[in-house]
Amino acid sequence: MDKTEQRTEQRKVVSLLVDNQTGVLARVSSLFTRRGFNIESLTVSATNDPTISRITVTVYGDENRLNQLLLQTERLEVTRQVFVLDDRTALQRELLLLKVAATVVNRAELREIASIYKAKIIDLSPDSMVFELTGKPDKVDAFLRMFEGYTILEQCRTGVTAMERGGMHQRMQKPPQEIRAVQFPLPGTSCPKR
Amino acid sequence: MLLNGSQIFVEVLCEQGVDTIFGYPGGAVLNLYDELYKNADRITHVLTAHEQGASHAADGYARATGRTGVVLATSGPGATNLVTGIATAYMDSIPMVAFTGNVATDLLGRDSFQEAYIEGITMPITKHNFTVRRVEDLADTMRAAFRIAQSGRKGPVLVDIPKDVTANKCEFTPRQPEPIRTVTTFDEKEVAWAADIINGAQRPVIYFGGGVRSAASCQPLRDLIHKAGIPATYTLMGAGVVAYDDPLSLGMIGMHGCYTANRAVSEADVVVAIGTRFSDRVALKPSTFAKKATIIQIDIDPSEVNKNVQVDLSVVGDAAYILQAMLPKVKEATHPEWMAQIHDWQAHDYHPVSDPSRLMPHQVIGEICSQCGPEAVYVTDVGQHQMWAAQYLRHTKSRGFITSGGLGTMGFGYGAAIGAQMALGRDQRVVMLTGDGSFHMNLNEACTAVSYHLPIITVIFNNQVLGMVRQWQTSFYGKRYSQTDPHRKTNFVKLAEGFGLKGYHCENLAQFQAAFAEALQNHDGPTWIECMIGKDEKVLPMIPGGGDINNIIME
Repeated sequence: MDKTEQRTEQRKVVSLLVDNQTGVLARVSSLFTRRGFNIESLTVSATNDPTISRITVTVYGDENRLNQLLLQTERLEVTRQVFVLDDRTALQRELLLLKVAATVVNRAELREIASIYKAKIIDLSPDSMVFELTGKPDKVDAFLRMFEGYTILEQCRTGVTAMERGGMHQRMQKPPQEIRAVQFPLPGTSCPKR
Repeated sequence: MLLNGSQIFVEVLCEQGVDTIFGYPGGAVLNLYDELYKNADRITHVLTAHEQGASHAADGYARATGRTGVVLATSGPGATNLVTGIATAYMDSIPMVAFTGNVATDLLGRDSFQEAYIEGITMPITKHNFTVRRVEDLADTMRAAFRIAQSGRKGPVLVDIPKDVTANKCEFTPRQPEPIRTVTTFDEKEVAWAADIINGAQRPVIYFGGGVRSAASCQPLRDLIHKAGIPATYTLMGAGVVAYDDPLSLGMIGMHGCYTANRAVSEADVVVAIGTRFSDRVALKPSTFAKKATIIQIDIDPSEVNKNVQVDLSVVGDAAYILQAMLPKVKEATHPEWMAQIHDWQAHDYHPVSDPSRLMPHQVIGEICSQCGPEAVYVTDVGQHQMWAAQYLRHTKSRGFITSGGLGTMGFGYGAAIGAQMALGRDQRVVMLTGDGSFHMNLNEACTAVSYHLPIITVIFNNQVLGMVRQWQTSFYGKRYSQTDPHRKTNFVKLAEGFGLKGYHCENLAQFQAAFAEALQNHDGPTWIECMIGKDEKVLPMIPGGGDINNIIME
């Protein structure tokens, strides 16, 4: 999970539909590790179909690496569907829980930051406050930057979970190869020039 | 009918058409072995000396026939001993199903005696693997394992069965095996484009690999080569698909491939890559591989497209169906200028020169081929002898050359030879070529060949060193022979006697001729022939890793 090195490369959110069975996360993450893919976040969640889980992965890499990631993931027996979400149009959300040291002196300014970012204060103790924030990853990043002058006691980010607007439900009905072909065409979708 | 897990195990194996399995018993699989004992008339179980040998035997069985090989081992060390064999099969896309026993489900995860989490261990080296936790799931899981192993791009599958699952009972319904799911679909439009490109080529080359052997048939490839007059080169895994004396055969490509094949690919204007993955032993320098060519890639696995080398056109599917569809679209052609150029390269290619004062590898291999004829099946270990075998054997059968390519597993040979001999019957001549290094790794399996009266002839190229590594040390490490000269004193003739088989020792060609002729008369058990060769024999030509045709070493 080396983030600094490949920041210049493309960031993609990949959504995988996989069989909901024991070991499925191990299979997927083991594949990513041994093929050397750079993962920023990975989340697993239930779907409306109890036999299927969704794994949302945020990855960095050039187009070739991403293409390989999709094709290699597709080879796993547990994979049903792999699709790349468009970073600009897809709905992406992350949940943050943040515990900050707070005293009577700075409570007010902390509340102000929270209200601007529409973060909820879900705990107030004599020497700390806990914020809850939901939003796109860059909103969470921006929110966190506001706490540089404060003492962060604990921080939890869930990682990105994402969904495409509109038509994805229909796309899920198509055979996996067709969906992949639309996203990452293999060489051969046009007659090569000689 | 109500059956226990072990009975279901045997029933499903029979249902899947399995008649031979390789394995080794142990505590966790006692119930399975008890059932195999009762069903000895339906399933032949071959007991090896070591589970690794059993896994290579199942692999050799599959390579020799195309049918799925089956191996059975106990939990813990039995299971972990399969790992090298499974990884070997995985790298070469060989259909294999490995069954392992495990401790009872209530003992799983408690570090019980002989417990190993083999599902986790083998996850990266199998197409898929399963742990069966309920006897009700056993039959369908086994069926799925066979389906996965032999469909699409083939490969090994592991099924881990805890001991209580082999004893518990449930209702069993026999079923016909599913037909093997061959990939019959492909894009017609892409095939037409490929045919157009081939028809317009001036300097075409076909470069094929093991995928052609795994395809539904090898014949469409041979037909294409001859109809379009395209010279063809093959990887180690493709050896034998096109006969060695075919005028359009260029020989092997890659690190130890011939100059002509490597040169032809680098000069070609069209390269058709079929069932091959541009590995680092072939496309040693991906950026210059087939630089002047339009590359067409035909493969069953889309993840192989553009993995190592960028191609211009890909057709995904079974090579046999794709080439069959391409044939009518390809024009009959010859390429006289191109072939003249190739013949010129061939005249200047590396050709070993016999030396009457010593026994040389190409002479030994030439003699083996002369005496065995075209029908023999050859098995190798890994190292210099393997490359010599690939270069000098007069390959004629598509499944006649069994070798560990992708993983390069030293010690693969003897087990694989046992598997091939069991699959093809004792009337089939199986010759194993090995080196003293590889042979020392797993020669324990000789006892298996003796027990089962398998007439495997083993030819040991004994240079008394670990030759391939030593060759690299000679060329690239200033002759600092670190740990490649073990000074072993093994007397292979006496060792053979100890195992209860006949061994020969040869120091010149006449002795080898006589020994091999005598070995061929033996149909009742294995023989060994040790050939003393020089420490400094090299595998040539050689393109160093990361280099290209301009870096080729010819002497």
